[in-house]
Amino acid sequence: MIFRPSHFTAVLLFALFVSTVFGITMRETPPRMLRFGIYCFVLFVGAVIAASWLMFLIAR
Amino acid sequence: MRYSQKGMTTEQKSNAAQPGGFVYLPLIAGWLVPGAGHFVLRKWGRGALLSASIIGMFAVGILMQGKIYTSAHEILDYLGMAGDLGNGLVYVLSRVFGLGADTIRETTADWGSRFIVVAGLLNVIAAVDAHNLRTGRKPA
Repeated sequence: MIFRPSHFTAVLLFALFVSTVFGITMRETPPRMLRFGIYCFVLFVGAVIAASWLMFLIAR
Repeated sequence: MRYSQKGMTTEQKSNAAQPGGFVYLPLIAGWLVPGAGHFVLRKWGRGALLSASIIGMFAVGILMQGKIYTSAHEILDYLGMAGDLGNGLVYVLSRVFGLGADTIRETTADWGSRFIVVAGLLNVIAAVDAHNLRTGRKPA
């Protein structure tokens, strides 16, 4: 079985896994872990979307 | 005096999850089995989430036909192998069962290789976090 995700699906999976570990390891209390995990996830995905639009506009 | 900040010494003592025993056990257990360092410290929820994230990331990398580094000849190979070794026994099992690809044949396989390397690096972070909880450097 071979998994061939789209680029964006791969980004979402990567952001989800990394944000979970970052949230748990970088903060002390569960509410702060959750907040930091969501913050990391949004930054990961947001940075990818921003970079994608930038590359799209440069390519035009 | 070990700490100059007020109350640090007292806080360190109260935060140590297990006063006795081998202090490096959570670090080593966490490296060998993702999440096990937190399980040793009875942090079941954190351990389960870490385990699911790290093993899940490794599994996705394998399913994407990512490369498992078996030898290193160039500097980038050394870095990749160091990252893979962070997975502990999961890396050993993948070698034993011949999982992953020997060479990268498509784009998704390249991403899969990165997933496997990053899973190893995240596992090292999680193991160090367990060690910090054990020593009291991080509040429990």
